[in-house]
Amino acid sequence: MNTNAVIVGGNRTPFAKAGGLYAQASTHDLLTSAIDGLAARYGLGGTRMGEVAAGAVLKHPRDFNLTREAVLSSSLAADTPACDLQQACGTGLEATIYLANKIALGQIDSGIAGGTDSASDAPITVSEPLRRTLLAANSARSTSQRLKALAGIRPSHLKPLAPGVSEPRTGLSMGEHQALTTARWDISREAQDELAAASHHHLASAWDAGFFDDLVTPYLGVTRDAILRPDTTVEKLAKLRPAFGGPDGTMTAGNSTALSDGAATVLLGSQSWAEENHLPVLARFVDANVAAVDHPAGEDLLLAPVAAVGRMLERNGLTLDDFDLVEIHEAFASTVLATLAAWESDEYCRGIGLQGTIGTLDRSRLNVKGSSLAVGHPFAATGARIVASLAKMLHDLGPGKRGLISVCAAGGQGVVAILESV
Amino acid sequence: MGALEKLFYSPVGHAVANRAGLADPPTLRRGRAWPKGAIVLAPLGASTLAAETLSLLGREVSAPIVDAPAGTPPGYGTRIGALVVDATDVATIAGLEDLRAVLRPAVRALEGSGRIVIVARAAAGDWEAQAMSRALDGINRTVGKELRRGATTNLIYVTPDLVASDLVSTLGFLLHGRSAFVDGQAWHVRGAGETIDHLADQPLAGKVVVVTGAARGIGAAIARTLARDGASIVAVDIPAAGESLAAVANEVGGTAVQLDITAADAGAIVARHVAGRGESLYGVVHCAGITRDKMLVNTDADRWGSVLDVNLVAQMRINEVLLDPAVAGSVTDGGRIIGIASTSGLAGNKGQANYAASKAGVVGLVEAMAPDLASRSITVNAVAPGFIETAMTARIPFVQREIFRRTNSLSQGGHPEDVAETIGYLLDPASGGVNGQVVRVCGQNLVGA
Repeated sequence: MNTNAVIVGGNRTPFAKAGGLYAQASTHDLLTSAIDGLAARYGLGGTRMGEVAAGAVLKHPRDFNLTREAVLSSSLAADTPACDLQQACGTGLEATIYLANKIALGQIDSGIAGGTDSASDAPITVSEPLRRTLLAANSARSTSQRLKALAGIRPSHLKPLAPGVSEPRTGLSMGEHQALTTARWDISREAQDELAAASHHHLASAWDAGFFDDLVTPYLGVTRDAILRPDTTVEKLAKLRPAFGGPDGTMTAGNSTALSDGAATVLLGSQSWAEENHLPVLARFVDANVAAVDHPAGEDLLLAPVAAVGRMLERNGLTLDDFDLVEIHEAFASTVLATLAAWESDEYCRGIGLQGTIGTLDRSRLNVKGSSLAVGHPFAATGARIVASLAKMLHDLGPGKRGLISVCAAGGQGVVAILESV
Repeated sequence: MGALEKLFYSPVGHAVANRAGLADPPTLRRGRAWPKGAIVLAPLGASTLAAETLSLLGREVSAPIVDAPAGTPPGYGTRIGALVVDATDVATIAGLEDLRAVLRPAVRALEGSGRIVIVARAAAGDWEAQAMSRALDGINRTVGKELRRGATTNLIYVTPDLVASDLVSTLGFLLHGRSAFVDGQAWHVRGAGETIDHLADQPLAGKVVVVTGAARGIGAAIARTLARDGASIVAVDIPAAGESLAAVANEVGGTAVQLDITAADAGAIVARHVAGRGESLYGVVHCAGITRDKMLVNTDADRWGSVLDVNLVAQMRINEVLLDPAVAGSVTDGGRIIGIASTSGLAGNKGQANYAASKAGVVGLVEAMAPDLASRSITVNAVAPGFIETAMTARIPFVQREIFRRTNSLSQGGHPEDVAETIGYLLDPASGGVNGQVVRVCGQNLVGA
């Protein structure tokens, strides 16, 4: 059994800077709100969906069943099954792939994919010695043993640890990794600032045109993406001090994504399910791919999507010219620019086993409604945000239009996909 | 809550207010509840219209007690639930005395939230008959002001071609708790050859109704009440209100459309949503509205225009699209359009010239559209809310609010549900004879016509 998996639509919360407007909202709250907005838009209240798959990158131990719990808090039928997925910043896209595959195989007829993250709601962990001491005390059989175990606690053990954002195998943060890539590919500060400014301007026009009226539902009084700076300019961005890559670095807070809070969802179904339920069909989910690089050995951490895209295009017999729109997640402006440079590099492309270059992208097709630099990047939500927005953009262009999604993820991985409008 | 308001609602303040005559207002009977006591039917002639209608409603009726010419007026001995007067035969001054004679004992005996309903002939015939038709309204409005404990009176004018089934939805509404805050009003019901001859629990079952301004307040109550009556709700509000709009849509099992109704393509978007869901549109409730209050001398073109645009122009534009039979997802024949007017529009209100213009405009629009759409059996009506307890009116300063609240015959503000129930009545497929009417939901506010 093999059937078409289609994208019906999506819904997300506006995204906001961490520690700001959503400071008191949990990942659970954000995901529930995104699901409820989706349910309201498509009349899914009380409906048993085939499955809901979503995840978060920053996750509390109590949220071991985050998605299922959000479903139970939402207006969906309580007997809707759900599972958590995690693929770093590719989570939202990976969840979409997971459900699209199940739909294509006929295992389910409908599903909601999503992601949620709150850098405001990040778990704080205790130090490793304290954790071991507490576990020992917990398993002690007598009070005296327990006291003895607890007596081992030292003041230095009590310092809480914020969740690590560095790569475990290199000890470098994502920004530090990207700074190496930026230098290696010789990405200029001007090009990065131009890309960042364009992202803000594109997003602002899309909001003004009402593009997000059926893609976003306000949350906690936030009605627009709060990170968006419609009036930013290359000149303003040029004044910011480097944040990564040392004093001569070119990466700033302006051309790097901010830590963000938010959640996003995508409604998927088989074509027949959508038709039977009188739901719109924006695009078909064509193919997807995941690839990885050996970043501990020095490869560019965030360029894994290049291999993923190249291999996916080759097996589909497609070139860049076959795509009307391209969405490259803006982890950093320089990630996008290095990706485009790698697509054009015969040496790089052959080095990862491709037949030749992926090609040169017509930049007017790239991130035309803005991307993560302006929208924000709640890690797990970004993939679902892009899928829903791109599906709508393609649908607006008419049937048979192709779109490419490229999302880089921690661990040196890349998740990519192809959509085609219906 | 200000200090004065806190004091007013404190035990001491409460006691003082009570002695000063500001007693706690009665709790009104609401919902699909009939009067507790007997329904007394008083035909003032040979007409059997009211009797037949009550029979279709499945109501047992009692005979009236008539005032004696002299001495102590006779009493019912117990509380009665309602008095229904069939005054369709009243065409002379003498007929008014017959009305007085049944009203006097009944008013005295009426239970809390009891009902008086007078069914009369719309002005026709000779000069005297036409004068009498109007005289009944004077009686109705006065009795409304004299009734106590939340009892109401209303007058229904009917045309000669009207049959009992045409009156079922109206009389059912008036006797029910649904009409709790409709008092001292008069409106017209025409013969529509109505084939529905009973009151349904869910008259809107399977029908799609668009409600604009549905995210909060009266609009949200409309969505909830119409959903209770079976309607499938398309809840519309501005994108910025999307969070509460989604909550309302999910609560009522409907769908949410985030949409600025002043957008040029608003009507098309609504139609596309309805058609896309494979549905046909039965009714539209234009509830979205804004205020930008200022004295006229301080009102600039922007304040003026924005209120008119949202409250009146937007619904005219949307109606144009949704009443075009060529548009998929437009209103079907036999459908319903509801506007929201306001007592401010009927009577004028200081500081609200723009708002009053828009709301009086709604009345004019409804009256103009109704005859033009009659051939498609589409009815167009409006409700005119008075003081309704909402988040918006809660922002009025306390003393002013307390005055607004109490200056009506029921001495209290209405609930958003009261407006919603009246709209539900107008939307009822059995209400085909009610067209071009403006029903005030104001507890007989002292302000206004």
